[in-house]
Amino acid sequence: MTNSDINRLKDKAFQVFGIFCTFIGLVVLAVFLIDIIVEGITRIDWDFLTNLPSRRASRAGILTAWVGTLWILVLTTLIAFPLGVAAGVYLEEYGRKNRLNNFIEINIANLAGVPSIIYGLLGLEIFVRQMNLGGSLLAGALTLSLLILPIIIVTTREAVKAVPRSVRDGSYALGASKWQTIWNQVLPASFGGILTGIILALSRAVGEAAPLIVIGALAYVPFTPSSPFDEFTVLPIQIFNWTSRPQEEFLTNAAAAIIVLLVITFLLNGIAVYLRNRQQKKVKW
Amino acid sequence: MRVSEKIIEGLLWLSAVITILITAGIIWVLLSESISFFQVVSLAEFLTEDEWTPLFAEKEFGILPLVAGTLLTTAIAIAVALPLGLTIAVYLNEYAHARMKQIVKPMLEVLATIPTVVYGFFALTVVTPFLQTLIPSLAGFNALSAGIVMGIMIIPMISSLSEDAISSVPRSLREAAYGMGSTRLQTSFGVMVPAASSGIVVSVILAISRAVGETMIVAIAAGQQPRLTLNPLVPIETITTYIVQVSLGDVPQGSLEYKTIFAAGITLFVFTFALNNLSFWIKKKYQEKYD
Repeated sequence: MTNSDINRLKDKAFQVFGIFCTFIGLVVLAVFLIDIIVEGITRIDWDFLTNLPSRRASRAGILTAWVGTLWILVLTTLIAFPLGVAAGVYLEEYGRKNRLNNFIEINIANLAGVPSIIYGLLGLEIFVRQMNLGGSLLAGALTLSLLILPIIIVTTREAVKAVPRSVRDGSYALGASKWQTIWNQVLPASFGGILTGIILALSRAVGEAAPLIVIGALAYVPFTPSSPFDEFTVLPIQIFNWTSRPQEEFLTNAAAAIIVLLVITFLLNGIAVYLRNRQQKKVKW
Repeated sequence: MRVSEKIIEGLLWLSAVITILITAGIIWVLLSESISFFQVVSLAEFLTEDEWTPLFAEKEFGILPLVAGTLLTTAIAIAVALPLGLTIAVYLNEYAHARMKQIVKPMLEVLATIPTVVYGFFALTVVTPFLQTLIPSLAGFNALSAGIVMGIMIIPMISSLSEDAISSVPRSLREAAYGMGSTRLQTSFGVMVPAASSGIVVSVILAISRAVGETMIVAIAAGQQPRLTLNPLVPIETITTYIVQVSLGDVPQGSLEYKTIFAAGITLFVFTFALNNLSFWIKKKYQEKYD
């Protein structure tokens, strides 16, 4: 065999190896989803969705967990959406190249890399203790808002940046002020991109357990929360709690709750991808 | 008119400045609680003592076992994710058809959207029992299984970022390599990967930082026994797991045990902060070399 034959053989071998590596991740993903569906799907019924937690696995349900997750989603959106979009718009439209803005940018990139559990410690000290909110929904939502703020800011900036100069120039030419231009032209034009970013950020928030455990969200809440100041639990914490128990039946419960959580996560991601594709198709500047 | 414009600009500015307050808040919270911890436990003891038992009657405050647990699970995760992620990146760039790349890349990114508590469940109930059939001495909680699953989770981080880095290498370099008669493999590892090395290194550093701060997988599957070991088969405890463990229990506020989670937190923060800034620095220093 000549040298070039050997090289060609190595090339082919790597191609096979490449296919193997690419699909092993996907195969694991598939095995994993099938395993969970097989274990959990029969456990999901109306009672499972509407029952309160219980010490008996067969009677335990996820009502408080999914209601808590829903509350957290709504409150986190209300807090993080205006804050993140405002910051993103400022940095893109107003921020001049100066020391402070440069520092803000580096800082946001840094915040995106802070582990979520550290946000939990921040929330524990500031919201739970200093602001005396306790382990309430509000404290949880505030903590998660800070966690997803960097994602929203970055995607808002990208969406705003994608709006061409000519749109702004046209608006200015008609006598609009800077804010009128942003509010009436730039934001509507970039809304699809901003929305995509927010939904992706929420899908991240929905799966977080660690920071909420640190601020003191409970695994056992015998009632559904009715105000932002109530104690709460969320699906990931309920799953964690059931997974940590030795009895087999609780693992089945955990698998069933995971199916519900994954449906929510994939739904949010699906909406985001759909919006992004529609935006890319529709808008051609 | 003028005034309201200024007010709006001020409000927007305030929102941007809040991000600085978050960082300041994190540093302040971690420092203030840690300082009162270090008034009782000396920094030397914290950094050199080889046992971590703050919740026992006989208290020892050496962070090393938690650091060892964290580094062990991280090393296993990177050992899984780096070869797989880099191979995927090279394969998608040099071998796969554009259409396949378009389909596979988003599918791999699904791996990154799955909540980590779900990965923890997977590690504990599927991967550990499977590994136990191969390694009978494997404990029910261990670093190996948690590390492998964490590695699978961060594959898309390395493959996507590395793929971006490789595909931004100028065409001329690739074509020159092919022109010299190189195979795809030679072009990839002789030219493209070295040319994209800064981007690949950045992706690996970010992946390490992510693995160091990962919580739920290790909290579920790696155990809660701090020990200074590099044996992947026995239960260990990571920094993040310790924080979760204390948060779940009834440790009275203001007690020394309570302050330990902030001391552990600041250790974790120092690690990830250093890694993140290292990645920014590399990116800034080596980017746009070809423009």
